[in-house]
Amino acid sequence: MKRLLNLTPTKPTKIFLALLPFIILFFVYVFASDARLAENAKDKLLPSFIQMGESINHLAFEPSKRTGEYVFWQDTASSLQRLLTGILIAAIIGFIYGLMSGSLPFLNAPLSPLMTVISLIPPMAILPVLFIVFGLGELSKVALIVIGVAPFIARDIQQGAQKIPREQIIKAQTLGASTWQVLLRVYIPQLLPHLISAVRLSLCSGWLFLIAAEAIASTDGLGYRIFLVRRYMSMDIILPYVAWITLLAFLLDQLLAFTSRKCFSWNHQDGNK
Amino acid sequence: MTDSPFIQAKNLWKKYGDNVVLERINVSVKAGEFITLLGTSGCGKSTFLKMLLGMETPTSGELLLDGKPIPSEPDQSRGIVFQQYSVFPHLNVLSNVIIACEFEQSPLLGKLFGKSKKAIEAKAKHLLSSVGLSSSLKKYPHELSGGMRQRLAIAQALIRQPRVLLLDEPFGALDPGIRADMHQLILRLWQEHQLTVFMVTHDLREGFYLGTRLWVFDKLRHDPQAPNAYGAGITYDLPVTRSVSEIPDELSLIMKPVDEI
Repeated sequence: MKRLLNLTPTKPTKIFLALLPFIILFFVYVFASDARLAENAKDKLLPSFIQMGESINHLAFEPSKRTGEYVFWQDTASSLQRLLTGILIAAIIGFIYGLMSGSLPFLNAPLSPLMTVISLIPPMAILPVLFIVFGLGELSKVALIVIGVAPFIARDIQQGAQKIPREQIIKAQTLGASTWQVLLRVYIPQLLPHLISAVRLSLCSGWLFLIAAEAIASTDGLGYRIFLVRRYMSMDIILPYVAWITLLAFLLDQLLAFTSRKCFSWNHQDGNK
Repeated sequence: MTDSPFIQAKNLWKKYGDNVVLERINVSVKAGEFITLLGTSGCGKSTFLKMLLGMETPTSGELLLDGKPIPSEPDQSRGIVFQQYSVFPHLNVLSNVIIACEFEQSPLLGKLFGKSKKAIEAKAKHLLSSVGLSSSLKKYPHELSGGMRQRLAIAQALIRQPRVLLLDEPFGALDPGIRADMHQLILRLWQEHQLTVFMVTHDLREGFYLGTRLWVFDKLRHDPQAPNAYGAGITYDLPVTRSVSEIPDELSLIMKPVDEI
């Protein structure tokens, strides 16, 4: 018998083992839900899958009586729009800031300490400031995501820029490159895959800021809905919404990973840089 | 090739704070020489190469190229090949070479398209075939072996036709067999492109085999109480006739610890 350390599962076993915890969780939930509903048919804490399906069917495929909108899709569209706008702006700001501060020592001197301090401000603590300055509309929610995510991306890009071997920068200069050309042809192409991985990591906190902002001041959105129906203890809506958010987050992450592999194949190989 | 010195060091010193790395370097080099730089680790041979490159500036004294001080930053007059990280990992072999021409001809975008790109591609392909890479034009550096990667780095360094080629232990990480091939290649290119070559190496045999002139860097004076108080100088400046058997015994002794590293 080999050491456990050296045992690796075959591919089918691996897939089975990966699915196992999900299957267990599913059945645990079904049994617990059934048990509670058998005791009290009006129990709201652990709704059955049928109840959840009905609620979501109601929200997703029947127009709202009050506004005529399909609430579920409206929530999804609003939230995604806020999240993606925020992340896009944060990525652009963070990339340019990190690139400048990571590649040019003269800009690093003023930019880097500022960035470190800004990245230590808890974004949620300045949410009231954003509400005061930008009002309660879309802008303040997008601004919260930008402020929360941009410093992280900037730091990551700066580190990436500083990790590019000095030899390459010297080499580019011996080939006659100007500062601008080195940025354009050496730094930027090598930092783009870095940007994608930084965005992937920051999407997690992006969702956090989005849901927090929507919970506090909004009229639609996935986070808004969850906090709204909490008043009625509507677990049959909250749980599917959480699952939906998780699925959206997973799909976004996979999309970015796919883009990176497709566009920057040179960055996804073993061996030296 | 003229008789006036091409590169000249006049009473050159390099210090980092109190730490003297190089002292009293006085040499002159004619165009077309192949100089190999040897010495123990930390003896300043790489520092000397960096000064030739423009990455480091002399603390005092002069380092002249064609009678003028060497520019204090790297430029296209001096090509370089490092031991590693010399090529751009995000570009394929052909792009790695034409990027140099793109820097030259397209100041704003650093990239060429259409007809002008075709023209430089032809030039780059010719150069790449002369280093034996014509079958790998579309490969990325991570798909190349160590030796091929160094061939690419050399082709890249030569496309802008520098007069000086600096080699910083370029073959240090290669297998002996591949090393021998690379030696033939570099000797041929040195002749064809009429280069003045400076090559840092750890390998005494390589130094003797390749160079027309061999410099050994070592400390001339030594103070055991303050090991950094004196810097290294060029202790041997030997013209080389290419034969390994003629290595002076005393030199083999000096170089022994280095060989064993």
